[in-house]
Amino acid sequence: MGQFLQQLINGIQIGSIYALIALGYTMVYGIVRLINFAHADIFMFGAYMGFFLAPVMAKVFGGAFIPTIIAAMLITGLLGFIMEKLAYRPLRYKSRLSALITALGVSIFLENFCAMDFVLFGVHFVFGPTYRKFPDLIVAKNIPIPGNLGLNISNVLLLDVGVSVILMVLLFWFVNKTLIGKQMRAVAFDKPTASLMGINIDVVISTAFIVGPALAGAGGILYGTTYGMLASPFLGIWPGLKAFIAAVLGGIGNIPGAVLGAYIMGISEAFATSVNSNLGYGMAFAILIGILLIRPSGLLGKFMPEKV
Amino acid sequence: MLLEVRNIDVFYGSIRALKNVSFNVEKGEIVSIIGANGAGKSTTLRAISGILRATSGSIIYNGHDITHTPPHLIARMGISQVPEGRGIFGNLTVQENLDVALSSVKDKKTAGPNQDKVFSLFPRLKERRRQISGTLSGGEQQMLAVGRGLMQNNPFMLLDEPSMGLSPVLTEEIFGVIVEINRLGKTVLLVEQNAFKALSIANRGYVLETGSVVLAGTAAELRDNPDVKKAYLGG
Ligand SMILES: Nc1ncnc2c1ncn2[C@@H]1O[C@H](COP(=O)(O)OP(=O)(O)OP(=O)(O)O)[C@@H](O)[C@H]1O
Ligand SMILES: [Mg+2]
Repeated sequence: MGQFLQQLINGIQIGSIYALIALGYTMVYGIVRLINFAHADIFMFGAYMGFFLAPVMAKVFGGAFIPTIIAAMLITGLLGFIMEKLAYRPLRYKSRLSALITALGVSIFLENFCAMDFVLFGVHFVFGPTYRKFPDLIVAKNIPIPGNLGLNISNVLLLDVGVSVILMVLLFWFVNKTLIGKQMRAVAFDKPTASLMGINIDVVISTAFIVGPALAGAGGILYGTTYGMLASPFLGIWPGLKAFIAAVLGGIGNIPGAVLGAYIMGISEAFATSVNSNLGYGMAFAILIGILLIRPSGLLGKFMPEKV
Repeated sequence: MLLEVRNIDVFYGSIRALKNVSFNVEKGEIVSIIGANGAGKSTTLRAISGILRATSGSIIYNGHDITHTPPHLIARMGISQVPEGRGIFGNLTVQENLDVALSSVKDKKTAGPNQDKVFSLFPRLKERRRQISGTLSGGEQQMLAVGRGLMQNNPFMLLDEPSMGLSPVLTEEIFGVIVEINRLGKTVLLVEQNAFKALSIANRGYVLETGSVVLAGTAAELRDNPDVKKAYLGG
């Protein structure tokens, strides 16, 4: 029983991080029908921003976590904005395949650019190809749980889940209650008609490319805090892939679906890993194959006729 | 002159859907465009609202050349289009559909009174404001599409077959609404399959045939024209 609960809790923890990444995939897909492969690298970028900014933030603000995560979100949001403007916007009315290939290109560029190792006067100008210790944004502590289930719950776990839930609630409010949120959903449904309403499509698309990456940036900070180290600028690949599968599982384009998919992914992965540590990876693909066979539109997705 | 369309051509790929189309609309008028299926009526409205581009010729609205203006700016300049086939946002509620229509409105203070007006014209929408609009009946969706256009409170309305798929009672009602908003000062460019009804409320009309204007005149002239009678008014 204790073991079962522990895996469930671990799954919710990692699922929270997947959810923050999956939301960006799904928002961008919902609006421009593009799978932004570079999204995983934005997550990575956010994690490295934590590595670079935390010491500065600690000096300036005293505490490091809140200012670091906010700064990382602003920077990844900006990165998303620039990426869309430079790489995707020129291809907006070209074939979808060109945009998809471009997304792969942007991803490979970010990974390899960041893996370079410029050291000038002892300062790393890019992230470098090697292992980095992630700064302690909070002091990790175990929280004693009454009863004798042997549960291992840390304040980092509560932080991961808490921050993700707060950001998701903010996102739901943003998408459902604000004018720009309603505009985003209108644009996702029908662009020409949305423009007749006076909606500037470019602004809406840019917004999706800011908000999604900002959430991924927050995910990167939580990831660094949770694992305590950054392996290399390729570290986004696996979490990104799993989050993408989670978005497909939930129904790509569907925001609650991405969250649901991410938690299912995190929990099933935690259980699979407890059986065998390699099984966790297999789980992601088992889920992908399963959903494509049984319900390709995803758990909460609908098949919509494509508007051209 | 509120709107002046001068010799426009519009293409879909290599298909020339409009050929040298010219017409105009005066402030305060109801002008109707009639024509058979595929004549280019919807294309004409889309070119005015900016979702299609004229490859030659020009479109002048209120003295401004809007031939190359993007559609969201045209909406903000004062032209609302109620698109053919309703074009409501099926994933949004009725209320949210009305809310996004305000994207073209600078002064959001007018939203409240505007919405009251829309709800008094279509009480059904008020009852159903929390419903996901994709689940509305066809007629209700049509009311929403017209209501959404009115929400923008623009002086010039382009209506593309607003009575399509409506029962005779609702058709009557929609035509009543058009006459009413025109009386209150809006200029209307109306595209209708139902040429007889359209010409009964319009001041003037144009007949489109395979992408060209073939006839123009007052509504009465067109109603009495034997060719029009034969082709569009059922003898
Ligand atoms: N997206 C498109 N791609 C290619 N051709 C199109 C497209 N839309 C319209 N056409 C063609 O352009 C011509 C004019 O179409 P349009 O929709 O303007 O006709 P319409 O007069 O509105 O007809 P209806 O009364 O049936 O609505 C038609 O021949 C149509 O097949
Ligand atoms: Mg038409």
